[in-house]
Amino acid sequence: MAISPAYARPRTVDSGFTCGACQRTFPMAQAAGSLYVCPTCGHHSRISAHERVRQLADKGTFQEWDANLAGRDRLGFVDTKAYVDRLAEARQRQQLPDAILTGAASISGHPVGLASFDFGFLGGSLSTAVGERLARAIERSATELRPFVCVTSSGGARMQEGVFSLMQMAKSVAALHQLAEAHVPFISILADPTMGGSIASFAALGDVILAEPKAMIGFTGARVITQATYEQLPAGFQTSEFHHARGLIDQVVDRRQLREVLGRLLAVLGPSAAEDARRPA
Amino acid sequence: MSSTDLDGAAAGEAAQAAWAHVEVSRHPDRPYSLDLVQRCLDDFIELHGDRQGGDDAAVVIGLARLGGQPLAVVANQKGRTLEERGKRNFGMAHPEGYRKAQRLFTLAGRLKLPVVSFIDTPGAYPGVAAEERGQAWAIAQTLEAQLALPTPYLAVVIGEGGSGGALATLLADSVLVLEHAFLSVASPEAAAAILFRDAGRKQQAAAALRLEAANLLEWGIADEIVPEPPGGAHTDWDETARLLRPRLEARLLELTSRGFDPARRRERYRRLDGLFSA
Repeated sequence: MAISPAYARPRTVDSGFTCGACQRTFPMAQAAGSLYVCPTCGHHSRISAHERVRQLADKGTFQEWDANLAGRDRLGFVDTKAYVDRLAEARQRQQLPDAILTGAASISGHPVGLASFDFGFLGGSLSTAVGERLARAIERSATELRPFVCVTSSGGARMQEGVFSLMQMAKSVAALHQLAEAHVPFISILADPTMGGSIASFAALGDVILAEPKAMIGFTGARVITQATYEQLPAGFQTSEFHHARGLIDQVVDRRQLREVLGRLLAVLGPSAAEDARRPA
Repeated sequence: MSSTDLDGAAAGEAAQAAWAHVEVSRHPDRPYSLDLVQRCLDDFIELHGDRQGGDDAAVVIGLARLGGQPLAVVANQKGRTLEERGKRNFGMAHPEGYRKAQRLFTLAGRLKLPVVSFIDTPGAYPGVAAEERGQAWAIAQTLEAQLALPTPYLAVVIGEGGSGGALATLLADSVLVLEHAFLSVASPEAAAAILFRDAGRKQQAAAALRLEAANLLEWGIADEIVPEPPGGAHTDWDETARLLRPRLEARLLELTSRGFDPARRRERYRRLDGLFSA
C-alpha cells in the first residue's frame, strides 16, 4: 500500500476541519459543504464510504445490499497484531462489516448499483468479504439493468488474507463479465488511493474511468519502485493527471462536480441504453 | 520451558519450513519455463511481439504440440546468465508482456487452440516505465482475456507465482503446481515490509502467508500438486519433465474430451474462496 505523505489524515477537532495538505482549518459545516475538498487549496481529503454515498446518491434513495456480509480469518493470521483483532477494531470504528458499502441508489434520478470503498477500514483492502460484496453488487446491477458505479479507494490486496485476497481480483473480473453480457455500463471512479490489486482488476475495467484530482493510482507504490530500481520518479508520478495524460483515465473530475458529471453520463448510458443494446437488431 | 517458549519454537520451525520452500522455488539451478517447454512439449515454435509495438522477453509465447494436440503456449521466462537476466528482467513483465499474453489468448481463441501456461515470476516489473505505460490496466485486461478465452486452458506454476503478475496467466480450467512452487499475494519480502515494516522478517511473513504448494490444493486453488525429483526440480531437469509431461497430457485430454464451456471457468473463479453460499 502506498500512501503519499501529502495525503496525511485530515484532523477533525471541535473547532473545525484541518486540510491535510495546506493545514488551514475550516468550520465543520463549511468543510462538509465543500464535500471535504479544501476551499483554499482544492485538496481532496479521503472520505468514508458512507460519506461518499451521502454525496452521490439522491437523498433517501440508497438501499443497502448485503449489509451483514462479513468474512473471517481463514489463515489464522498474526503479524504485529492478530488479524481478528484488527477486523474487530475496524468494524467498530468504521461502522461497516468490511471495507466496502454497496446498494441501490439514484443519481440525479438515474437508478444505479453503487459501490463505495472505505479506506479507513484496513486501507480499503481487498478481502474475500469485500470481493464477494463487490461481485454481488456487480451481478445484481446486471440483473436489474442498473448501470454500476464504483468509487474505489483501496491500497490493494489485504496481506492478512494471503492468496485468498489475490483471488478477489479474479472474482471481481468474473462478475464484470456478467455486466458486459447484459450490456450494462460500468463507471469506475478512482479516488485516492487506488493501488495494486484493485487497479489491476475491476477498477481499470470501467467502460468509463473517472478519477478525483491528484489521487494516487498505480500498480506498484512509489516507495517500492524507488527501493527496487533506484529510479528517479517523474513529477506528478502516478497521479490522476499523470494517467489521464497517458490515455488511461477518461476525465479528472473535481469532487464538487462529480455528481453532475455522473448525471450527464448516466443520461446517455442509462438503463434505456442497456435495453436498446439487448434488443436484437 | 514455558508454553510461550514452545509456541515461539513452533513458530520458528514453521518459518524455517516455509522459507526452505521459497528457497527451493528460487534455486538458481531450477528449470525455467523454456527448459520445461523443451522437455515436455513437442515442436515448440516461438512467436514474438504484442502487435502493438512491443516484445517483452520476460514473457514467451508460441505454438507447440503435446501428444499430437496442437497448443498455444504462454510462459514467464527468467534468465540464467547475467546478460539474459537483464534481457528478461528476472521474469518480471512490463505491460508489453501482458499484452503479448493477450495476443496469444486472442490467437488461441481464433484458431481453437487449447492454451498451456507456465508460471514463474516474482511479479510484475516494479518500475517507472511500466507504470507510465499502464501496468495495472495491462494486467486487468489480461485477467479479462483469460476469463473470456473460449478454448480449454491449463496452467502450471513451476516456480515463483508472485502476485498479480502471476495471476495474469493463472486463471485456467485446471491449475497444476509443482511440489516446491508457490503462489502468493506478494513476495515474502514485500509482505514483510508491509506487515512488519521490515523486509528482513521474510521467513515469518512466508509462514504467516502459508504459501506452501500443498495448501493451494486444500483450498481448491490448485487441482493437482506435481511431484519433483528428491530435493527439488534443480537436481534433475529431465526427471522433472518426465514427471510433469504425463500430468499435462492427462489434464489436457480431460479438458478437451468433455464438453467445454468457458462459463464454467468464470464460475470457478467467482466461487473460489467457498466462504459464502451463492
